[in-house]
Amino acid sequence: MSAVTALPSQAPAPRVFKRRSKFERAVSSPRFWRGIAGILAFLALWEFGAWAKAGLGLEIPFFGKLPAPSAVAAAAAEVVVQPGYWWSWVESYKRVLGGFVIAMILGIPFGLALAVNKYFRDVFFPPFEILRPIPPLAWVPASLIFWPTNEMSIIFVTFLGAFFTIVINVLGGARTIDVRYLRAAQSMGATQWHLFSRVILPGTLPSIFTGAAVGMGITWNVVLAAEMVSGGGSQAGGGLGFFIWSSYMGGSMEHIIVGMISIGIAGYLSSALIRVLGERVMPWRRAF
Amino acid sequence: MTTTAAKPTAVTAPVDHAAGKSRVELKNVSRGFGEDWAREEVVRNLTFEIKPGDLTCIVGPSGCGKSTIVNMVAGYDHPDSGEILLNGQKVVGPAKDRMVVFQETALMPWQTTFDNVVFGPRLRHEGSRPEIEKEAHRLLEKVGLGEFKQKYPSQLSGGMQRRAELARALINRPLLLIMDEPFRGLDAMSRPLMQEFFLRLFEENRRTNLFVTSEIEEAIFLADRLVVLSNRPAQVRAVIEIPLPRPRQFHMMSSPEVFEIKRQALEILHDEAMKSFGGAAHFAHRGPAEHEARA
Repeated sequence: MSAVTALPSQAPAPRVFKRRSKFERAVSSPRFWRGIAGILAFLALWEFGAWAKAGLGLEIPFFGKLPAPSAVAAAAAEVVVQPGYWWSWVESYKRVLGGFVIAMILGIPFGLALAVNKYFRDVFFPPFEILRPIPPLAWVPASLIFWPTNEMSIIFVTFLGAFFTIVINVLGGARTIDVRYLRAAQSMGATQWHLFSRVILPGTLPSIFTGAAVGMGITWNVVLAAEMVSGGGSQAGGGLGFFIWSSYMGGSMEHIIVGMISIGIAGYLSSALIRVLGERVMPWRRAF
Repeated sequence: MTTTAAKPTAVTAPVDHAAGKSRVELKNVSRGFGEDWAREEVVRNLTFEIKPGDLTCIVGPSGCGKSTIVNMVAGYDHPDSGEILLNGQKVVGPAKDRMVVFQETALMPWQTTFDNVVFGPRLRHEGSRPEIEKEAHRLLEKVGLGEFKQKYPSQLSGGMQRRAELARALINRPLLLIMDEPFRGLDAMSRPLMQEFFLRLFEENRRTNLFVTSEIEEAIFLADRLVVLSNRPAQVRAVIEIPLPRPRQFHMMSSPEVFEIKRQALEILHDEAMKSFGGAAHFAHRGPAEHEARA
């Protein structure tokens, strides 16, 4: 059927439908409201659990130890007007993006070089594979000694978290490009440079973004942990990890939860950024 | 309705002098893969010729080495011995004088249909930008994709993808067009449409064509000559001329001579397929004695 409608004598009439924004469509779908209902139900359960101990003398496991969401909201309202809280965001973001961007800048060319050059791969892949399984946090003590400042150590460890993931994804993506694309390009007169820039690079983009998305998640993990370990007190400023840690030291459960939710939001924003960038750079991926 | 629709629209084409004048010769071509003791010969002493302006179909049991032959003619792979000549010149690597239309689709998914078509001339800086684009528009109109230039390959149907790929090959004005089971995977509706569309395109200027297929009916409908291959290692088992006039029409397929050609070719193919079936053959094969007894 499809082939027939495509033929010139009977080109399909352009379909006209009212364009609605993504948001409008989301709000009008039942899925959206089921999601809202799920979140509200969770909050209600939590509120009840926290209240049950005082109100009924009944301690519900897990929820019973938590402050009520209303108490957390009250704490959040207090915290968000303080500049110090927002500086924690800035500090953490600086580290995440710093490490992440360096990992992209070094990791993408490194992964591509591993993919396209046999000699390069023979020499550099073995040491890479030995270093890769070492968890980034295992590097913390060594990097505190290597690097002159705590700040640099944190960024270094963050960088490691994203680097290995990005390299592995780029390498895998570049090596699984369909050979027919390369052959077709060769027949059409592509030089080595053309093959790289017109086939391998665009063909690897989806894997680059997969690696970036996964790497970004790891980066947040690493930053948080590094901030707790080496953070606050000394030269390196707070960050959201230190915010949680100091709330714990101060014994404020509400603030711990505010910190946790902040990290959730920060992480979500980071992956949304990558998703939006990915759609920008790879228009063919949203064309369905 | 579909017949008229599938006809390529008449758009004035720049004269393509190369089309239909090229001869391809395979001389004692052999190719094997693997090391020493594990070496397996895939193509053995293959000799045949594609005459200028002919559409030659290679048919053979699946896995017999057809793709290896395509790769060698296209220049992606090289014979261990023997040679492949295009107009007397030895084939040494891929070049724009031999374009391949691949199985399934090999359009680059990250480019629009239009960008896929202009890919070759743009790389080679052949002619000015407007010239290249004009030619691309003409070819896309011709294959019926005028409305779909700015779509990505993933947005096209299977039949449209094949036509886009034809346009991408033709813009390079190859001396030889190589089609490697190009219509495989198309649904039963679009396959005959594509065959007929492709026939009209071929009959327009008779560009020398090497067409690989495992469908005997398709081969007879399209080809001037069939080269029937043996099971691996591929050798020429028979060369069958197809005496049908051009332009070809579907109704010709029901003539007695087509029936006879089909019977001959199938007989050879059946023998070869049985060999590749190997040890399991006795389950499937009634055996010649039984056939004779029935006759």
